[in-house]
Amino acid sequence: MAQEVCSLKAQLREKEKEIADLKNKLAQLEKSHTSTLELRDRVTPLTPLKAKASLSNEDIMRYSRQLILPELGVQGQLNISKTSVLIVGCGGLGCPLAQYLAAAGIGHLGLLDYDEVELSNLHRQVLHGEDNLGQAKALSAACAVRRLNSTVECIPYHLQLSSENALQLIQQYDIVADCSDNVPTRYLVNDACVLSGKPLVSASALRMEGQLAVYNYHGGPCYRCLYPVPPPPETVTNCSDGGVLGVVPGIMGCFQALEVLKIASGQGSSCGQQLVIFDAQDARFRCIKLRPRQAGCVVCGENPSITHLADYESFCGSAATDKCRKLNLLSRDQRITVQDYKSVMDSTEPHLLLDVRPPVEVDICHLPCSVNIPLSSLEERKIEHLQLLQERIRQVKQQMAGDCLPPVYVICKMGNDSQKAVQVLENLSGSEVDSIMVKDISGGLMAWAKTIDPTFPQY
Amino acid sequence: MAAPITIHLEFGGGAELLFSGVKKHHMTLPSQSQPWDMKQLLVWIQQNLLKERPELFVQGDSVRPGILVLINDADWELLGELDYQLQDKDNIVFISTLHGG
Ligand SMILES: [Zn+2]
Repeated sequence: MAQEVCSLKAQLREKEKEIADLKNKLAQLEKSHTSTLELRDRVTPLTPLKAKASLSNEDIMRYSRQLILPELGVQGQLNISKTSVLIVGCGGLGCPLAQYLAAAGIGHLGLLDYDEVELSNLHRQVLHGEDNLGQAKALSAACAVRRLNSTVECIPYHLQLSSENALQLIQQYDIVADCSDNVPTRYLVNDACVLSGKPLVSASALRMEGQLAVYNYHGGPCYRCLYPVPPPPETVTNCSDGGVLGVVPGIMGCFQALEVLKIASGQGSSCGQQLVIFDAQDARFRCIKLRPRQAGCVVCGENPSITHLADYESFCGSAATDKCRKLNLLSRDQRITVQDYKSVMDSTEPHLLLDVRPPVEVDICHLPCSVNIPLSSLEERKIEHLQLLQERIRQVKQQMAGDCLPPVYVICKMGNDSQKAVQVLENLSGSEVDSIMVKDISGGLMAWAKTIDPTFPQY
Repeated sequence: MAAPITIHLEFGGGAELLFSGVKKHHMTLPSQSQPWDMKQLLVWIQQNLLKERPELFVQGDSVRPGILVLINDADWELLGELDYQLQDKDNIVFISTLHGG
């Protein structure tokens, strides 16, 4: 018996050593595999693509199912293989776009993103996996593309596109795809494409909708012809605030791949003066005939005033990221920290905790004892919500001694909407509801999760 | 007198959130001495459909930057923008530009 145990233990040790060796070997291999993918943090010159005179036997086999399309053929495939494409943004649009361009045998694929992979990206940014969390998106995407087609030359750029580097970068590519997530970058990419004469295949997606157009193509309009003035920043919604179903940018990114491949192969895009609108709820595409190139356009018109790239963040009044802005609408004495609120909670001091997020977000997570009245209902002064508020204020008042004002603490996800709600409530106080003392909980539930309760979900 | 006309209004790209989340509206514009044009339609929408925060929809006498107007599936720039005279059964779409990716 004892002998058998000994022998089994020895065997196990042997196997464990074997496994460790294999793991080592694998790690070495993977390291050497990714090390040939050099992540660039600045713009450097590309080695020019050598035009292939003919397809190899391997090419013929790999691309056979598209080669036999009369719309493509051998010449189309050769054209694709000598085209370089820059993808600005390796997110929900950029991932499927990069995937299909690589699969189809594009020559050079520039992959640009300043960001790193986060868990909340994975539902739509389908080239990245759990193993890539924290890694540069550009590198993660390039590795995935490399696995798919090692003959495609991938150039990952881990940098923010800016007025300083955009022209130098875009000049090196034949076609540019805008897969970015913010307004300043969209104007920047447009202007750089106009100034360097490159077609721009542009798409965007939010919630259950997508839009696509090809700008600066065959004499058609540019992005500025259509949108000469940027939208007011407060009207712009990003994916982390508005939400997005992953497959919607997936569909739009695939649509971008289609138009890029049509341009690259020589068939040409039919979206040069056309906007494609996708409504995922109704499962409907709609094609809109757009205005022609505008003679008065400041960048592509007859007398352009934009001849070099300027400051796009100040032009648009917003930052070139889709990260949430932190509003500062209130004075310091109108706000408390999450630590302060924790003390209030622990002291069992009578108060009202008002959660002003939309019900769909309250369903995800909320603090116990909070009352949900969405900011929009407060702004619209919805009668049933004002009645609920009044009733809860009265309950707090009954628990209180003396004639202090009943305290109302307002919370939301990040601490922006709650500040707006405090302003609305201060107007209601003493008129439409009883007088209250109202304060914002700074940083909202995400600050609560970070500093008070690590078990509280973050989204 | 111009007879009343019915039009099909649609909001998209998030612009519908200013209209209680309702995307499609079937509307009858009352008869008036002059034919309806887009400029008057914008005023009418403001007075009859848009209850809150008009600055998120209009600016001056036109739509705010970032909203594209489509008349019968064409950019309104091709049809005279604010001066376009509405026809019975016209389909007018107000679409907010998306920026997410
Ligand atoms: Zn233009």
